[in-house]
Amino acid sequence: MDIHEYQAKKILSGFGVTIPRGGIVYSPENAENKARELGGSKWVVKAQIHSGARGKAGGIIVCNSALEVAQAADKLLGKKLVTNQTGPEGKITNRVYIEEATEIKKELYLGLVFDRSSESIMVVASTEGGMSVEEISKKKPETIIRSKIEVAVGMQKFQAREIAFGLKIEPKLIARAAETIIGCYRAFSELDATMVEVNPLVISNQDQILALDCKMSFDNNALFRRNQVSELRDKTQENSNEVYASDRGLNYVSLDGNIGNIINGAGLAMASMDMIKLAGGEPANFLDVGGGATPEKIVKAFKLISMDKKVKVILVNIFAGINRCDWVAEGIVQALQKIDIKVPLVIRLAGTNVDKGNKILKESKINYIEANTLEDAANKAVKALGK
Amino acid sequence: MSVLIDKKTKIIIQGFTGKMGSFHAEEMIKYGSNVVGGVTPGKGGLKHLNLPVFNTVKEAVKSTGATASILFVPPAFAADSAMEAADAGIKTCVAIVDGIPSHDMIKIKRYMRRYSRTEKMTLVGPNCAGIISPGKAMLGIMPGHIYKEGKVGIIGRSGTLGYEAAQQLKNLNIGVSTSVGIGGDPINGSSFKDILEKFEEDNETEAVLMIGEIGGPQEVAAGKFAKENMKKPVIAYIAGLTAPKGRVMGHAGAIVSAYGESAVEKVELLKECGVTISQNPSVMGETVKSALNSKN
Repeated sequence: MDIHEYQAKKILSGFGVTIPRGGIVYSPENAENKARELGGSKWVVKAQIHSGARGKAGGIIVCNSALEVAQAADKLLGKKLVTNQTGPEGKITNRVYIEEATEIKKELYLGLVFDRSSESIMVVASTEGGMSVEEISKKKPETIIRSKIEVAVGMQKFQAREIAFGLKIEPKLIARAAETIIGCYRAFSELDATMVEVNPLVISNQDQILALDCKMSFDNNALFRRNQVSELRDKTQENSNEVYASDRGLNYVSLDGNIGNIINGAGLAMASMDMIKLAGGEPANFLDVGGGATPEKIVKAFKLISMDKKVKVILVNIFAGINRCDWVAEGIVQALQKIDIKVPLVIRLAGTNVDKGNKILKESKINYIEANTLEDAANKAVKALGK
Repeated sequence: MSVLIDKKTKIIIQGFTGKMGSFHAEEMIKYGSNVVGGVTPGKGGLKHLNLPVFNTVKEAVKSTGATASILFVPPAFAADSAMEAADAGIKTCVAIVDGIPSHDMIKIKRYMRRYSRTEKMTLVGPNCAGIISPGKAMLGIMPGHIYKEGKVGIIGRSGTLGYEAAQQLKNLNIGVSTSVGIGGDPINGSSFKDILEKFEEDNETEAVLMIGEIGGPQEVAAGKFAKENMKKPVIAYIAGLTAPKGRVMGHAGAIVSAYGESAVEKVELLKECGVTISQNPSVMGETVKSALNSKN
């Protein structure tokens, strides 16, 4: 799960990381008030959407008066912002963060991620803040510092100091920088995060070390024990069909093609999508109804796919294990009695009781194309597009 | 021979008296697995499915001599149960459960570092279908009848795609020595490499099929291991050609976040290691068949 910049900053500040003063607002009037309340003569208005690269997309506006702050907020609020990370549909800005402007002496990069090879937490840092980490690794790979943290004992002070010295921070600021780095590590480890990225981490003209921008993601599997994190979820930032699916226990990812998929198991779903592509088609979605594929889940899956207007053909591929094909087939028949599907439907059943399952489908009145193998199913789905 | 489990392996069920535990215990017993009891804290001393229930894994091991266990406990308690099994001397433990936090998985693996190589439990999963040695024993939730007894080892991250492979092999009259589902999570108990190592040592396994997918460094690490240490042919299929970067595809671990983690890149890197690639998921069986033929 992703959260907004201002939420991530607030979390980090709870772990001893200094952040610029700021406040969240939902209207231009409040933006103006917030600017006056913060005081000073220069502010930054930042669109709060779940995406990086907001600056280049016009989502971050520097203002020199409270009136300008109101105008900037008015420009951003209620509008979709398209960045190179949101896809062409963009993401809606429902709140903006008003922050006092910081005079920057130096911009640094600090990121923490899981390292799947060593199964530990990896700190990645660079003196070249402000660029994405991908850009840094292309343009200035020699500046990248990596430090593996042994999670059983946590980050040690010497490790944080080594990173700080590696970032060429001047000696009088090393202790403060180390505290900041340890704060980020503690937030990561104590809140079940999967990613913390402070970019840029800045040294201001006043020699403060500040998290100027921050992104955090969390392990969905751990939200049950992180109420303070899970309540930060903002569903307006997610694809509406994906929200519908996740609320119903379905694993769904919306894609650009026109062949809708209903499949049990994530691996089989990816494999079926690969077959569609090889057959010359494009999948409209990834959808895993779970290894069990209960009839209830199948009904929900048909409902979800029928909401996607891009879909011109539906491919169902179920490999029944402990659940049986006859049971799955009954689920499909039930679903089609409840939901009117107007596009061609290709069904491939395999596994336990496959003959019984196919018999049920044939004897029902549903209109469908039967397929026997993975390849057959993909070919028939692509062929049905032309009809 | 087979790896990890055979007909004699004594199995206990952790989370025995729950709905899932009971159902799958019966399925395993029907298949012929040697289930000797189970553990549900607080229900020790009772009988369930005509088998003894124990309060702790240690008691169960002491009383039954069990060496394998399977967990049917909710994700929040799974790490605790896995560590309990490791501490009680269980040698092979399967975690079926989907939804264990990654931080908990790291904790389990750090905990297990206290054991020497010979004492250490092999944890398989989480978020997997388990292990089956066809015709011998099943320590999992798969449909046993789709597996034919034979000489090909299977290792896979996905449950149903593993079934697909087993069925393709069966249709070609090729059997399986053992199939191990290592699970779809970012951090799992055993990696592809860990299981490849066991198949290489197993004198009944003649070739190994790896069913991988996008995300993580494991398939490539296994490929390097195979190149340097294995004589048996390794065949691989990598799912997720069409998966967009940065999105989680169902499995928590199926996300492309670095170079070498996409399907195309993994296939290239595996080819460099001499691994035979199944070009698409519908020819996994045939690719294994031709690899076996060219070997003989």
